[in-house]
Amino acid sequence: MAAYALSMPFMVTFILMVAVPLGYAGYLSLFKKQLIGGISFVGMDNYARALTDPSFLSGVGRMALFLVIQVPVMLGLSLLFALILDSGMLRLQKFIRLGVFLPYAIPSVIATLMWGYLYGKDFGPFAQLAKSLGLPAPDFLAGGNVLFSIMNIVTWGFVGYNMIVMYAALRSIPAELYEAARVDGASEWRVAWSIKIPAIKGALLLTTIFSVIGSFQLFNEPNLLRVIAPAAIGQDYTPNMYAFQLSFVNQDANYAAAIAFLLGIVIMAVSYGVQLTANRREKAL
Amino acid sequence: MTATVADRPATGTQATAPARRRRSGRSTLLTVAMLLCLVYFLLPIFWLVVASTKANEDLFSSFGLWFSHMNLAENLHNVFTFQNGVFIHWMINSLVYAVVSGLGASSLATAAGYAFAKYKFPGGDAMFTLVLGAVMIPMTALAIPTYLLFAGANLTNTPWAVILPSLVSPFGVYLMRVYAADAVPDSLIEAARVDGAGEMRIFFQIVLRLLVPASITVLLFALVASWNNYFLPLIMLNSPELFPLPVGLAQWQAASAAGSGSQALFSTVITGSLVSILPLMAAFLFLQRYWQSGLGTGAVKA
Repeated sequence: MAAYALSMPFMVTFILMVAVPLGYAGYLSLFKKQLIGGISFVGMDNYARALTDPSFLSGVGRMALFLVIQVPVMLGLSLLFALILDSGMLRLQKFIRLGVFLPYAIPSVIATLMWGYLYGKDFGPFAQLAKSLGLPAPDFLAGGNVLFSIMNIVTWGFVGYNMIVMYAALRSIPAELYEAARVDGASEWRVAWSIKIPAIKGALLLTTIFSVIGSFQLFNEPNLLRVIAPAAIGQDYTPNMYAFQLSFVNQDANYAAAIAFLLGIVIMAVSYGVQLTANRREKAL
Repeated sequence: MTATVADRPATGTQATAPARRRRSGRSTLLTVAMLLCLVYFLLPIFWLVVASTKANEDLFSSFGLWFSHMNLAENLHNVFTFQNGVFIHWMINSLVYAVVSGLGASSLATAAGYAFAKYKFPGGDAMFTLVLGAVMIPMTALAIPTYLLFAGANLTNTPWAVILPSLVSPFGVYLMRVYAADAVPDSLIEAARVDGAGEMRIFFQIVLRLLVPASITVLLFALVASWNNYFLPLIMLNSPELFPLPVGLAQWQAASAAGSGSQALFSTVITGSLVSILPLMAAFLFLQRYWQSGLGTGAVKA
């Protein structure tokens, strides 16, 4: 009984704030608001429409591209830094750890405002430097570049967070596991590759899955950069931006709900795929 | 996903682990290389500090990464007085939303995490799995229907519209369950039961104290999540005096980017950004042992 009493406050809130809205979204996604005749049941029509909707598909494609480039770069840097910290070979260890983490304390909205100014041609330092060297200012916000500029903002903000997660996992490896290898003369790289990295695969999987979930949900950064780069970032740039626009600009919550559901299915499928790949690799070893 | 070690929970005491992994000594070369990397992480923040000290014209006419005429006091004055001092409302709102959501989320997660860790009850594991799965739900899939439901209940454009959905922290429940499993010995609960203490009394008078470090971690992360939240308040709130900082600053930025005589806003947006990141940076500096160990708990047992 106590178990129910203790978990009840959370579960009730969870049901009201997660389960009910989700169920309602599922319900909404099966209907359509028509100009004539009001709201009618259309079954899976909204989903069928979404699957051939270039706005939705290109948004998902863009996020997939974002994912395959940004996530490995970010997590690779995090892992490298975590291993360097854990090797105990750094001076100023604490200062460096905190410095890399610090961007995480900055809300993504403000990070984007800041990077937006840094990227800008008016008074961004990159443009100023280029000008003083007589070079054309780099256009970070042009159509072909802006996705990479967004990747940079996300990477900047989250390398430190993931580094701390991995570092904490590294610290919990019992030293006996690799002391022997060191005595035998194994290099620090060899120890890292053969002992440390396999020992923290749980943390690596966790950070990968959270990064996958975050990537597909991208909204804040592109939505704010749109203000200064409207030509490069459309209203359907990411699936979440598209759902937002459908729901609050076009007043089509039914179709927006279907888009959001499909996005959830994509996220689940990719997360599951990541987990499956990790498990299979584990067996192969 | 197997845990290698950690029979004991990863509390802050781990920070004082022996210098067991000191190897052949420290490398100056590696330190210099890492300091160069650090430039990438700190330079934008340095730029923000520098830019906050400049008048609007100086932003354009002086080099971005170094100081010019000191105009910080004037900029701060502008931030706090522009549009009748609405920025002060935003700061208070951000603080209230974050503290109420954070305290609420961490209380709910602490009780539930402990229940999931220490009681075997029908539906317990299923509920826990369900909660974990919620991490993958896209925010639009929740926020759009929540908006419509709240609109029906006349809750939109009130602080509750931002606070209520923030009370659910699935990751917090996960963290608390992992932590409680180790931090609360079964023998302690058994002993209290033998002494005749009721389950609620055991939780509030004995267990809660042991869970405090992890609760603070969950509180900190719920605070951050709420402080950073943009999407939810963006759709839920209309009145500028209810906005939290990110929504308000984004609106100022849009106004300044749109031009039309509001160019003088650049330095105001920049200085406002600096002011709004200071509280969280200070919190992270002072509460280091909590977030570092808390992130570890999740990772080690993942």
